[in-house]
Amino acid sequence: MKRSPEPLVWLAFSGGGMAAALLVPVLLFLFGLAFPLGWIEPPSEEHLVALVRHPITKLVLFGLCALGLFHFAHRFRYTLYDGLKLKRFAVLIAAVCYGAAVVGSVASAIVLLSV
Amino acid sequence: MTAYRQHIPLFWWLRQWSYLVFVLRELSSVFVAWFVVYLLMLVSAIGDGTYADFQAWSGHGWVLVLNVVALAFLLLHAVTWFALAPRAMVVPHVPPWVVLVAHYLAWIVLSAGVAWVVLLR
Amino acid sequence: MSTITMEVTRYRPGEDSEPTVQSYEVPLRKEWAVLDGLNHIKDHLDGTLSYRWSCRMGICGSCGMTVNGRPVLSCASFLVDYAPGPVRVEPLRNFPVIRDLVVDISDFMEKLPRVKPWLIADPPEEGEFLQTPEEMDEYKKYSMCINCMLCYSACPVYALEPEFLGPAAIALGQRYNLDSRDHGAEDRRDVLASAEGAWACTFVGECSTACPKGVDPAGAIQRYKLTAAVAAMKDFLMPRGARR
Ligand code: SF4
Ligand code: FES
Repeated sequence: MKRSPEPLVWLAFSGGGMAAALLVPVLLFLFGLAFPLGWIEPPSEEHLVALVRHPITKLVLFGLCALGLFHFAHRFRYTLYDGLKLKRFAVLIAAVCYGAAVVGSVASAIVLLSV
Repeated sequence: MTAYRQHIPLFWWLRQWSYLVFVLRELSSVFVAWFVVYLLMLVSAIGDGTYADFQAWSGHGWVLVLNVVALAFLLLHAVTWFALAPRAMVVPHVPPWVVLVAHYLAWIVLSAGVAWVVLLR
Repeated sequence: MSTITMEVTRYRPGEDSEPTVQSYEVPLRKEWAVLDGLNHIKDHLDGTLSYRWSCRMGICGSCGMTVNGRPVLSCASFLVDYAPGPVRVEPLRNFPVIRDLVVDISDFMEKLPRVKPWLIADPPEEGEFLQTPEEMDEYKKYSMCINCMLCYSACPVYALEPEFLGPAAIALGQRYNLDSRDHGAEDRRDVLASAEGAWACTFVGECSTACPKGVDPAGAIQRYKLTAAVAAMKDFLMPRGARR
């Protein structure tokens, strides 16, 4: 049987879709709206520093970032194929989308390890 | 035989409401990517001790608008994602609605958990 | 008696370069389906109109058309539901039009056998195959398909990518994969789990909305993706050749 990488990227896409659905709305609400708008008093900086330095937080955030980026890459690739009828550039689109996800994942690892 | 081949317009998804919702659902992925960027900026600001600057920046009009739009798309993503989940995961002897409810419960519990960890002081 | 206008797409191969629209006034009767309106046109107004039908009861799957933009069985869609009209009747989308409302579905007829939609199993030692009602429920809804092609007509992926195996063919592959008597899942995998198979689907979901038989092809495909992904992971983790 010819091996297709499709199952692998699909699993990453699905994992990312699940992680994003479960975790992103609350995080985006807190850090994107509630704190900047002062609806909720933001936590102290010491607390946040302690939080992001905790290994479990780093692991969870890394998983969320990497899977989320693969979710984006996979979905966006098909959106370009179908939504804009660009299937003829399939190879280029796939390379750019998944390439961006790989680069982004490495960048997230660097950021998370350096805090 | 001279069969007629029907033409598909470039913006075929404007033809029908359900196709438009589909394309919007797919575009939610762009906002997932935006969130990852935003999160990494937040984390590095916390690490650098420039969290106050980050917070001031995130209060700017355009950043707020972007985040409101992103949140709307993420809610669309979450709702459509949970709606599809029971159709992919067929658990023997468990009716699909239970799988659906389980996803919503997980969503509520995890959201409350995250809020608790972040706000705990 | 009240009437309703039917705007019907006409296409005469060799004569027309493009389809045209022709309007007819037909009686608006409570019990008349769109198909009855077409039959009235054919019998009383214009004998040159071509379209397919047979059973008039949602069984044969031959009367699929695009009515007011949606793929439907014309024998199961009632004129009164489109009143006051006009009712726009077009051929099914995504298929070449042979004449008027008749489309060419040979693409599907060629794809269908590829998924091996038959039992792949050695005959039982004696007697017949036994199956419990619970085992039958596993695949029953997928076996309801009448090959009406409404799902292909509703599917934008098929429209844009004609190589896509398509909703009904994959659902029919699953119909046998999920049958307790069948052992052909591995034989079907190369086709179902190819890039033109289940992986091409982006879950628009319109096939399931269009299906008049409750087959839920979108669900069948999604479910197959999970199965195929798990199988691929097993291949990956298990040494070569250990499989099967
Ligand atoms: S799956 Fe449903 S819509 Fe598709 S061909 Fe079969 S009966 Fe028709
Ligand atoms: S005429 Fe047979 S399904 Fe409509």
